[in-house]
Amino acid sequence: MIEQLRKDFPLLHTHIEEQPICYFDSAATTQKPQSVIDAVNKFYQQENANVHRGAHTLSAAATTQYEAVRTKLADFLNVTSKEIVWTKGATDSLNLIAAGLSEKLSHDDVILISPLEHHANIVPWQQIAQKTGAKLEVLPADQQGVLDLEAAKQLINTLKPKILSVCHASNALGNIHDVAALITTAKPYNTITIVDGAQSLLHLRPDLSAMGCDFFVFSAHKALGPTGLGGLFGRYELLNDMPVYQTGGEMIERVSFSGTTFRDAPGKFEPGTPNISGVIGFGAALDYLNSVDAAALSKYEQGLYHYLLSALKAIDGIKVWGDTEHNIGVVSFTYKDEHHFDIATFLNTYGVAVRSGHHCTQPLMEHLSLSGTVRVSLAFYNSYNDVDTFIDALKDTIDMLEE
Amino acid sequence: MDITQIQNRLNSLNGWQAKYREIMLLGKKLPALPEALKIEDALVRGCESNVWLHLDLDESQERLVIIADSDTRIVKGLLAIILACYNNLLPQEAKQVDAYALFEEMGLIQHLSPSRGNGVKAIVERIQNQIDAFQ
Repeated sequence: MIEQLRKDFPLLHTHIEEQPICYFDSAATTQKPQSVIDAVNKFYQQENANVHRGAHTLSAAATTQYEAVRTKLADFLNVTSKEIVWTKGATDSLNLIAAGLSEKLSHDDVILISPLEHHANIVPWQQIAQKTGAKLEVLPADQQGVLDLEAAKQLINTLKPKILSVCHASNALGNIHDVAALITTAKPYNTITIVDGAQSLLHLRPDLSAMGCDFFVFSAHKALGPTGLGGLFGRYELLNDMPVYQTGGEMIERVSFSGTTFRDAPGKFEPGTPNISGVIGFGAALDYLNSVDAAALSKYEQGLYHYLLSALKAIDGIKVWGDTEHNIGVVSFTYKDEHHFDIATFLNTYGVAVRSGHHCTQPLMEHLSLSGTVRVSLAFYNSYNDVDTFIDALKDTIDMLEE
Repeated sequence: MDITQIQNRLNSLNGWQAKYREIMLLGKKLPALPEALKIEDALVRGCESNVWLHLDLDESQERLVIIADSDTRIVKGLLAIILACYNNLLPQEAKQVDAYALFEEMGLIQHLSPSRGNGVKAIVERIQNQIDAFQ
């Protein structure tokens, strides 16, 4: 099955340093199937027109296609299409939400996040907290970088936060969070709950109605889609209640020099010409995801993850960080006191692409007393052969470092 | 090894595995900077990893003495190459040396990530600026 699927991803058949590529940086961005690349090409070659304007055939067809993807995504997430807003990406979505909710915050209100958040789910809240006088508080995690769920629930009960914003899965360590449990705990306090799904959309295919969150953000390029596109889900009353974020064309209802009225959500959050080709490419990505057996892929990914994990743990001096029981397939590791950059640079000479550094989670790295890690992030298109190549390359690298 | 020997050695090696290994070995030969000298003032801005650099004149007050260290082995190796370019030169001689251009010539800049390339540039600029301060 996987050998067949790998054929759909042209980049997996290219070379780095004259060696076949082993792409282990899918948490940064996933590779794209040919159907996504073709959809973007076809759009520019045959269908290009602006949306929501013009009475001509091309514009009408582009608008229909563009809106159909919104519906497709809403179905994928089990919500309604008017609750989906297109943005530039998860970061943009979080900034939009933070700005939109700032009016609801007053002095001494609590914004609660986890210690595993990406900077994009820290800094916007920090900025809003500074402006409003609200307090930014952090859930507890252990020395391995695993959220303490029971202590987290207790803290929610104590702090009764106005906003709770946590990642569904950690980009740095891969930990999966029981966000549904956190949301349920926060419900009695009318907490507005936000889930950063940048890492979970592809691996966990969340059902947002079941999850019960108020907002959910994602980036298309981390789920087989094009870069420069993301989006958010917002529970409609809350979403539509938020003030506009950016203003301009398309999002208005009526403009005069004495004043302007805005469209309802989602339109009011989509000013200017949107990323039409991105949306259409992402539509092809969703078609791809809908066409494969999700349960089988998930099982395969988990099998591959545990294969990688046990091979790594068998190497003396390797330390793997994070939750290895509930994980989307990200292994973040260190080797003795060796610098992550040296390891990643040597691995690259073997055609192995991994990420090294703090992964935009500096507070987490500080919590773990690390300057960074080497991160190997899997996707269903990785093979067991990829993992073997990586382990061999890592052993050579270690020999070289120990020389 | 002087800089010409380093250059010849690196040019003779095939493939980046061998080259990086050699660069790392050069770094290993560079004495570690005592912790007391790893101070904020010695940090070179614009490097992705930590680079500490001190520049002074030798006992005769004539020739350059540069000592430097990094927390990554490869960057330390790159530092060893840069130091081989400048150490023991008269300041006016060192002004004529562009280690960055030498890195380009050896194909190293093209192979480093853009941020590492900028790091090399920042180290060379720091050395040149400190030489200016002597003159």
